[in-house]
Amino acid sequence: MATDTLPPPTSAGPAISLVDVVKDFGGAGARDAAVVRGVSLAIGEGEFFSLLGPSGCGKTTTLRMIAGFEEPTSGQILLHGRDMVGVPANRRDINMVFQSYALFPHLSVADNVAFGLRRKRVPKEELRDRVEKILRTVELADKADRRPRQLSGGQQQRVALARALVNRPRALLLDEPLGALDLKLRQTMQLELKRIQREVGITFVYVTHDQAEALTMSDRIAVMNQGLVEQVGPPQEVYERPATAFVAGFIGTSNLIGGPLTSVAAGTGVLDLGGGQRVTVPLRGSLAAGEAVELTVRPEKITLTTGPADSASQVRGTVREVVYLGTSTSYTVDTSTGAEMTVFQPNDGTACASPSRGDTVWLSWATDHSYLLNPAPAPAATAVADPVSLTSR
Amino acid sequence: MERAVRTDLPGLTRRRRRPGEALGPYLMILPGWLWLAAFFVTPVIVMVSLSLQTGNFIDGFRQTFHFGTYADMVRTYHVQLVRSLVYGVAATVACAAVGYPVAYWIAFRAGRHKSVFLFLMLLPFFVSFVIRTQSWNVVLADHGVLLGPLKDIGLLPADFHLLATPYAVIGGLTYNFLPFMVLPVYVALERVDPKVIEASTDLYASRAGTFLRVVLPLSLPGVFAGVLLTFVPACADYVNAGILGGPSTTMIGNIIQTEYFTNLDYPGASALSFVLMGALLLAVFTYARTLGTDEVLEAAAR
Repeated sequence: MATDTLPPPTSAGPAISLVDVVKDFGGAGARDAAVVRGVSLAIGEGEFFSLLGPSGCGKTTTLRMIAGFEEPTSGQILLHGRDMVGVPANRRDINMVFQSYALFPHLSVADNVAFGLRRKRVPKEELRDRVEKILRTVELADKADRRPRQLSGGQQQRVALARALVNRPRALLLDEPLGALDLKLRQTMQLELKRIQREVGITFVYVTHDQAEALTMSDRIAVMNQGLVEQVGPPQEVYERPATAFVAGFIGTSNLIGGPLTSVAAGTGVLDLGGGQRVTVPLRGSLAAGEAVELTVRPEKITLTTGPADSASQVRGTVREVVYLGTSTSYTVDTSTGAEMTVFQPNDGTACASPSRGDTVWLSWATDHSYLLNPAPAPAATAVADPVSLTSR
Repeated sequence: MERAVRTDLPGLTRRRRRPGEALGPYLMILPGWLWLAAFFVTPVIVMVSLSLQTGNFIDGFRQTFHFGTYADMVRTYHVQLVRSLVYGVAATVACAAVGYPVAYWIAFRAGRHKSVFLFLMLLPFFVSFVIRTQSWNVVLADHGVLLGPLKDIGLLPADFHLLATPYAVIGGLTYNFLPFMVLPVYVALERVDPKVIEASTDLYASRAGTFLRVVLPLSLPGVFAGVLLTFVPACADYVNAGILGGPSTTMIGNIIQTEYFTNLDYPGASALSFVLMGALLLAVFTYARTLGTDEVLEAAAR
């Protein structure tokens, strides 16, 4: 399958590069007010790359600029090293799968899929073969004569995918393509998309606001917030080592702990909270005692015990809420400092304690599971200034 | 988390049906049916009966089931009948040619002023049909505001005239029925999903290609409706030919009017009306067949 799907790349560089791309719909060019405020990315050949962020973070606008539906206010968009700014969408060797699928309602499934090939004047024989082949790939060969509205949402979604892939684009852009499907179908389609991407070997740029979806499918994720990229990395890295408080909070549940370092020794720093309570965190760069830091710890890394565990990081609190989730139980704990933290304990019999509401518990975790966050960008930095603050997002 | 909620509580989930509830929809449509029965079906039956009678106005008409009237009328007035259909087609084509770009522009380019432009287009139609047509008479007069100056500076020969020509009549028909074309086309264009247009661009279609292969096919249901709404009344119209036309542009509507009100030949006028109705139905069904209405309506129903 992969043998005839891709023309060889013209250069060894990234498939898609964005260099300091700004998009301001107001047209004033004021960077702070823009929807996209200076995004730089390098997306590799054959990569499944996700743009993840809340609505309004600029991810869809970024995708539309790559597609050619919007022109950047400033910056460069390079496709295999060629500057694409000013090249209209119909001259770009990139195809898009729309959130609403945007299938042509007046054409059959086969004609929808053949649309791009016909515009490129692909010979009839080849056209028929390619349409047939791609419809088999998306398992819709028997629906070729149907109209889009005779198909289910999931089937329409696959037609949209086939209609784009049949052109063998240099890159495929997907704008929340699974957003309209129900959970079960969405999970099936996630794996399906990943399989198809592996099969055709085309670069996928995938826009989503669903962190689980991004984690499931992506080779790398760019987490966007307020028009900027906060972190780029493989799913595991983005989850385990979030760069900023925003990333930590947006991907999964995380507990944020902030405050001044009480002591620094051998690459680790300690925040002493008194009464035997402390948090230990591995440090990067040179930080001295007294400097304010912010760190994160994931709920599933925390162990609950009834007494102090003599761990490098341990905090005392009162259980406020217990929620049974099937594979795990979620505890909301009011800590002695007044903040709340979330803890997930697996329901596999290994949990040390199963406290109920109102019980006093100790939360402890290994030093490696405390992860130091980069200082937040200027406007959001004020919250860290409090002596010690613990929050869970 | 999931909680079990009882949904089978009697009296909460099952609403008791009030007697006669099933009749509701029929009761609602009843006034409409009565109206149609009284003011559409009855006159048609009366007219069919009238068209088969013989006699004259002075001595009275008697029912004789004389189908010959139909043949007589077609033989006598086939020229005007064909002319009406030709003028109707011409006016419809002109309406489409002028109206489609207008609808397209309002739907895609007028931005947030759409309703303003739609209103402006409808504004002349707040004036009476006859007065509006009569004002064309003034504009197109041999030495009126349009032709006068052109003749004075020698651009047109002195004996040039527009009134009483087919052009004047077809022009008048086009003008008077234009909104009936623009509105349905506008509605169809307005419903075209902008994402579908983007998808077409994304799939390498040029602007012209996108229009021909996506926008135009998707707006055809509107054009179809517009054609019906202009062609049928344009063919049967007698005001435009009466005011802007001459003896050589008489349409079937004028003949029916004269036969009925001047010659008092009620059977003849009735027969001619049904001939026109038959011709129009035939034309419309042929048109629908050629265009594949199923497809068109299917696209409209999406």
